[in-house]
Amino acid sequence: MTAVATSSDRYAEQFARFTQQTTLPGALASLRDDAFSCFDRLGFPTTRLEEWRFTNIARIAEKPFVAPTTRTDYTRADLDALHLPRLGGPELVFVNGTFAPALSTTDGLPAGVRTRSLATVLAQNHDDDAAAVALHLGRLARIESQAFTALNSAFLCDGAVVEVASGVVVDTPIHLLFVTRSGAAPVLSQPRVLVVAGAHSQVRVVESYAGDGETPYLSNTVTEVSVGDAALIDHYTLVREADAAFRVGSLHVTLGRASNFSSHIITLGGAIVRNEARVVLAGEGGECALNGLYLANGRQLVDNQTTIDHAQPHCDSHELYKGILGGRSRAVFNGKIIVRLDAQKTNAKQSNKTLLLSEDAQITTKPQLEIFADDVKCTHGATVGQLDQDALFYLRSRGLARDQARQLLTHAFAADLLGHIKVEAIRTQLDAQLLEWLPVGVMG
Amino acid sequence: MLEVRNLHAKAGDRQILNGIDLTVKAGQVHAIMGPNGSGKSTLAGVLAGRDGLEVTAGSATFKGQDLFELEPEERARAGLFLAFQYPVEIPGVNNAYLLKAALNEVRKHRGEPMLDAIDFMTLARERMTLLGMDDSLMNRPVNEGFSGGEKKRNEVFQMAVLEPSLAILDETDSGLDIDALKTVAAGVNAMRSPERAMVVVTHYQRLLNYIVPDFVHVLSDGRIVKSGGKELALELEEKGYGWIETAPAAAV
Repeated sequence: MTAVATSSDRYAEQFARFTQQTTLPGALASLRDDAFSCFDRLGFPTTRLEEWRFTNIARIAEKPFVAPTTRTDYTRADLDALHLPRLGGPELVFVNGTFAPALSTTDGLPAGVRTRSLATVLAQNHDDDAAAVALHLGRLARIESQAFTALNSAFLCDGAVVEVASGVVVDTPIHLLFVTRSGAAPVLSQPRVLVVAGAHSQVRVVESYAGDGETPYLSNTVTEVSVGDAALIDHYTLVREADAAFRVGSLHVTLGRASNFSSHIITLGGAIVRNEARVVLAGEGGECALNGLYLANGRQLVDNQTTIDHAQPHCDSHELYKGILGGRSRAVFNGKIIVRLDAQKTNAKQSNKTLLLSEDAQITTKPQLEIFADDVKCTHGATVGQLDQDALFYLRSRGLARDQARQLLTHAFAADLLGHIKVEAIRTQLDAQLLEWLPVGVMG
Repeated sequence: MLEVRNLHAKAGDRQILNGIDLTVKAGQVHAIMGPNGSGKSTLAGVLAGRDGLEVTAGSATFKGQDLFELEPEERARAGLFLAFQYPVEIPGVNNAYLLKAALNEVRKHRGEPMLDAIDFMTLARERMTLLGMDDSLMNRPVNEGFSGGEKKRNEVFQMAVLEPSLAILDETDSGLDIDALKTVAAGVNAMRSPERAMVVVTHYQRLLNYIVPDFVHVLSDGRIVKSGGKELALELEEKGYGWIETAPAAAV
């Protein structure tokens, strides 16, 4: 495809400029070079690839996105206008992928926790810190086969680094906000997040992705989370990109022995949104929960790809993804569960449920189980339905307007997922949003 | 209160109601009895505005308004209440939340101020006591996991909170043991007032021992074939519906 060849060339020029302008510690410099070679070789994925069969990103591949220059005109008022939930704890704000210290605060963190921008860490070139970060960066995310991860890694320069020392319990959630706004040209925002939680630590991390403006942008993000032995991490990805925006985000997690990780990926905005989550249960007795909620309307496309890799015995995974689709929106769910030969006594449960609120909305759902062990319990299921007409009549017969009844039932559909959300500010806001949400082109 | 004239209705392709005439005045309790398939629930459904039922002829006015011009929610706000034969389970919707929203819609329509959570709970508790209902039902999803008796009690409880001017009780007695039946009937009786009318749809006479009607109508093949006082119910009980079905229409 010519479009793919052209876009690779476009990024080759940018990459050449980028490597001249920024220097990285040795290991990361070679990661960057390798990553670009991978991207150059892979090109943007096409629908000929199984993992992208239902998600055509030609619009992303064709658009001449440019690496943004630092924006200094982004204000607190701009940020407030996005109405992201305020969690009352430390907030690290990134504008177009670059750390914005003036908008950020790291107050209130207990000793043993560090939240820093990646650029800050990397600037301390020969520091032990940088070496420690280099040790983790790129360890979990795969550049060899994933073009977008490779592209993000090639342009590695800023993002958030959260380190929690062993045994430290962090009460307030750490909020990482990534806001994007294009100028005249569509920008490519590529922040990187690294969370390293030591043994027996406990922390809640919220990543919010949002933006504004009519000009499209691409938010291509990579998050790596290392969960130490017996650590407990509750992780949130709130996707509220602008209507014209594209997002490809991947979350890569590895779990230590007897640790617990839960992820909540909530997608409310963006023209094309692709969320990938890859979790490796790398120690005995680990437990993970992957929760996903996606609301789409108009012509939005939301694609959720998950892989849960049971590499060790006695691990549990619970996966619940729910979609609410209106208008001519489309969604894709692809949930892969791998149970390795050694991973006996695995307990894996996967479920994808979709509520279609319009006749033109579509969901493609595909569970994939690859089981090599013989003493395991794995279940999966997918349902697609519409609003229950009997319930709708019941509510209306009590005096609720049709729209209000629909909203109440839509909210009810997501109620169990809302119940899993432990950050109250997020839950409250989502509660209200669901009760107000009306699809376009409704039926029934 | 309610004037039904020559009402004909279809469910899908099937003609169910074949000319119903019924006049219900404020303060009255009417019982509608009839065998399975006689059109009792269809009549209740048509009056409440259930989807899938089509009025093919006739009219119904409620407080002078053309009932069929109103959406189901508009009928409810105007004071019509249907206690469902099969209350719908709605997972994820809190019972108290629904009832508070419903009550405030009705109050808004009546030009009364909205109730806040505290005033609402005070009222709800008071009415719950009336129905011998467990507090915990309030904070559970609507009808989900309720026993048959709890569901029927919940319907009458909703009626007691919403205080409609016309209540249609569709087989509220079915599936109730005698104690539950007495409690539900006591709740309904407590709601009787000169301003309020009730239409009690039932298959069995038993309920009418506890909710004593002013009028009894017997429905057969989509028509009211016999009307009378409360003694008609006893006669039916004794002779069975066969008595009505074989009776010539001229006897009405």
